[in-house]
Amino acid sequence: MRDLNDGYPAPSSGAPEDGEEVWARAGLAAVLLAIDPRGLRGAVLRARPGHARDAWLEGLRALMGDAAPWHRLPPGCGAAPLLPRLDLAATLAEGRAIEAPGLLTRATAGVLVVPGAERLERGVVGALTQGLEGAAAPTVIAFDEGAEAEERVAPALGDRLAFALGLDALPLGAVSPLVATLDDVRAARAMLSYVAVPDDALAALVAMAAGMGIGSARPPTMALAAARAHAALHGRSAVAEEDAAIASELVLLPRALWLPGAEEEQAPEEQPPQDSEPEDGEAQAPEGEAEALEDRLLEAVRASLPPEVLAALLAGNRQRSGGAAGSAGAQMATPRRGRPAGVRQGLPGGHRRLALVETLSAAAPWQPLRRRTRAGSAPGNRRLEIRRDDLRIRRFKAPRETLTIFVVDASGSAAIARLAEAKGAVELMLGEAYRRRDSVALVAFRKEGAELLLPPTRALARARKALAALPGGGGTPIAAGLDVARRLAEDARRRGQSVGIVLLSDGRANIARDGTPGRGPAQADAEAAARGLAATGAASLVIDTSARAARTGARARPEARSLADAMSARYLALPGAGAESIAGAAGMLSRGSDGARR
Amino acid sequence: MRDQEAARRAPQFPFSAVVGQDDLKRSLMIAAIEPAIGGVLAFGDRGTGKSTTIRALAGLLPPSPGVEGCAYGCTPENPAPVCEVCRDPNRREVMRPVPVVDLPLGATEDRVVGALDLERALATGEKRFEPGLLARAHRGFLYIDEVNLLEDHLIDLLLDVAASGENVVEREGLSLRHPARFVLVGSGNPEEGELRPQLLDRFGLSVEVRTPQDVASRIEVVKRRDAFERDPAGFLADWASEEEALAEKLQHARMGLDDVLLHDELREAAARLCIALGTDGLRGELTLIRAARAVAALEGRGSASIEDLAAVAPMALGHRLRRDPLDETASTARVARAVAEVLGAPAEV
Repeated sequence: MRDLNDGYPAPSSGAPEDGEEVWARAGLAAVLLAIDPRGLRGAVLRARPGHARDAWLEGLRALMGDAAPWHRLPPGCGAAPLLPRLDLAATLAEGRAIEAPGLLTRATAGVLVVPGAERLERGVVGALTQGLEGAAAPTVIAFDEGAEAEERVAPALGDRLAFALGLDALPLGAVSPLVATLDDVRAARAMLSYVAVPDDALAALVAMAAGMGIGSARPPTMALAAARAHAALHGRSAVAEEDAAIASELVLLPRALWLPGAEEEQAPEEQPPQDSEPEDGEAQAPEGEAEALEDRLLEAVRASLPPEVLAALLAGNRQRSGGAAGSAGAQMATPRRGRPAGVRQGLPGGHRRLALVETLSAAAPWQPLRRRTRAGSAPGNRRLEIRRDDLRIRRFKAPRETLTIFVVDASGSAAIARLAEAKGAVELMLGEAYRRRDSVALVAFRKEGAELLLPPTRALARARKALAALPGGGGTPIAAGLDVARRLAEDARRRGQSVGIVLLSDGRANIARDGTPGRGPAQADAEAAARGLAATGAASLVIDTSARAARTGARARPEARSLADAMSARYLALPGAGAESIAGAAGMLSRGSDGARR
Repeated sequence: MRDQEAARRAPQFPFSAVVGQDDLKRSLMIAAIEPAIGGVLAFGDRGTGKSTTIRALAGLLPPSPGVEGCAYGCTPENPAPVCEVCRDPNRREVMRPVPVVDLPLGATEDRVVGALDLERALATGEKRFEPGLLARAHRGFLYIDEVNLLEDHLIDLLLDVAASGENVVEREGLSLRHPARFVLVGSGNPEEGELRPQLLDRFGLSVEVRTPQDVASRIEVVKRRDAFERDPAGFLADWASEEEALAEKLQHARMGLDDVLLHDELREAAARLCIALGTDGLRGELTLIRAARAVAALEGRGSASIEDLAAVAPMALGHRLRRDPLDETASTARVARAVAEVLGAPAEV
């Protein structure tokens, strides 16, 4: 069993739950949050706009009381609204700097609603988490409106908020008014500081968190706060077993990597630290030998893979999309951050920042004239007259992030040695991705379907682990693999990333999209999927891993090549190939990478 | 920025009450004793108390003389030429706490380096510099949470200033420089992305922070955290004497640092260790020796021993090894092996 946090789709524990139960739990979370907002910090609400979300929020608002201010972070504005900033209109009118407080200050002791929390920029997450550290932190309600399972609230933010509630699948009938009232909450608040925590309750919560594989110290701390709030709600002067049970269900369970007891032997504390290999044991029975073999294969691959494959791949991408040539990573004109890239006339505000010197120099020549024409101007008033037309804003460029998706054929037809070589090739390219600070994703297909082994990440150590644990054998459902890749590519495009796709396969599909065997339909499906992938505009590379490719190089079987054509991809036969073809491919790619460098 | 001021005035979790995390605490104390060490990098899981521990450090350090209203952290006897407050003959000298400045992830270059003073520029058209976070961190600590996610050009800039001790501003028609000597402390979670290797070895010390593995310490972590959040004042009072003792120890170490003897054998052992590990350049060796000296000072000994060297070797060298980015063999293990091989049985002092 793999880390459920990487889960794709989202972890759902067992049978579908009763809607009313889900709602009751969400309602209880709202009540506890209202009782102890400081200890519980907030909630992540995985729900798209709708009745359930509105009802929950309305319930919380009623319970928090009128005194608590409510604010909403305007989406898409970056961190600017959170932090104190210059009120430009007032500043110009008054002729002195006037600062407007940020939302983090204004929402102190209140609630800050953050919509679209799964798409927040890093800067915003940073500002929020920093705001949550302070003693006067607002209660943060983050709406996670992700459509795809891998669109999630940043872990750094999620870790700091006690509750994670999913309200998406609720039937309309399940939503009912919350049972507790403001008076209940007030009574509980008054009691809160008198609730004692017996040592065994604390120990139980901590042990529970450890048993679920939760490493962070925040969840058990917040679970303790939840237990205390629950006890206060029921008028108990000490945390009872029931309170601890509810708290661990509400705070700990949604974060569980595994369930306590179920996978006892996997708990990290039972493992010596150096033994961090994944547990999918089946692929590595004679361990030492297999590793030695892998090492040798890796060496062989290293010798024959052209350098800077990825750089060349993505350089090709830019050429195709007509983008400007630049150094690694296509440049994206982001308005808020990055390296300065010129100044133009325009109104600051939102994410456009004022270029002061340019503004002042634009205004300077007009000063005498404006002073004369200004009504009621006292002589000797040296105040600058700055008008709307003078305002200049600064533009920035930030390097666009790049996602490289590796689609690895782990089927039986990619004979086991070739699989090891393919792994070697991916590893080499991972190294390159690391140097370029790209993120990578790993898709493998075998038997009846495809699996996302690793959602997009920059943690390459994890990519390597996932790769090492990849078993081989079974049919060749190429179409399924390419479909997963396409979904990833489309998501990444929406996030504004450049995408590169590397397919390692022999190109001989024998499982169709619907999971049925048969070479004909499977091949047709694969080519259709390949064309679909080409339509995303992602740069792609097909590395032919067929045994034939190893022997004859460029004169390999046609399947992988025609797949490459359908994908509009570059084609490359993996090792063993004649020196001539590799040199040719390397030459082709390095021409591309020269273009990328200058 | 006012938010930050407010956050800092709020009570901080006491350093001595942090459960476990000995490596992190030790590396921070070394940096406090010997600021020339070149910064600390703390990498590890979420929620392991990295930020808490780093922010707590400020509480251990004694206030130092400064000038009221000075934005550059000048010492009264040697103010920065750009600082107008300090050049005023009627200035008031005060004791100021050691600054621990947070650098938020979304910070712009303007805020870090400093920028044209908008107020003056708009009101009078006068060109004046408004100092940024670098100036505020002078003589203190600059803390970057999630340093691995910070934009590269900002990291380059920070490391450059940290190494040179001076912030040189050439922008927006401004041309000036002011001292900015601070200890750079970075933390991050490697799961979310690694730091570029060429930046790694610019940090003096690097430690891995892990979740305590035994349930008893975990319980203690939650217990103390909870107690602190319920009643900060009471918690601080409970820990006041421990905190004071540690502060005193640290202060002694700072005073005694220059008197710690370094034997030639120690320098030689450091050199051999670095050669055995194949670390590039002399920075590693220098850091190793400085860290060993700081540890000796912390323990109140007159000379640094081979044990001191062995104790700091993992944090001083672990991140300087040439490594395959995909190789997961813990670098600390490699250092430990080299320490055992090169230094052999710990020599007596």
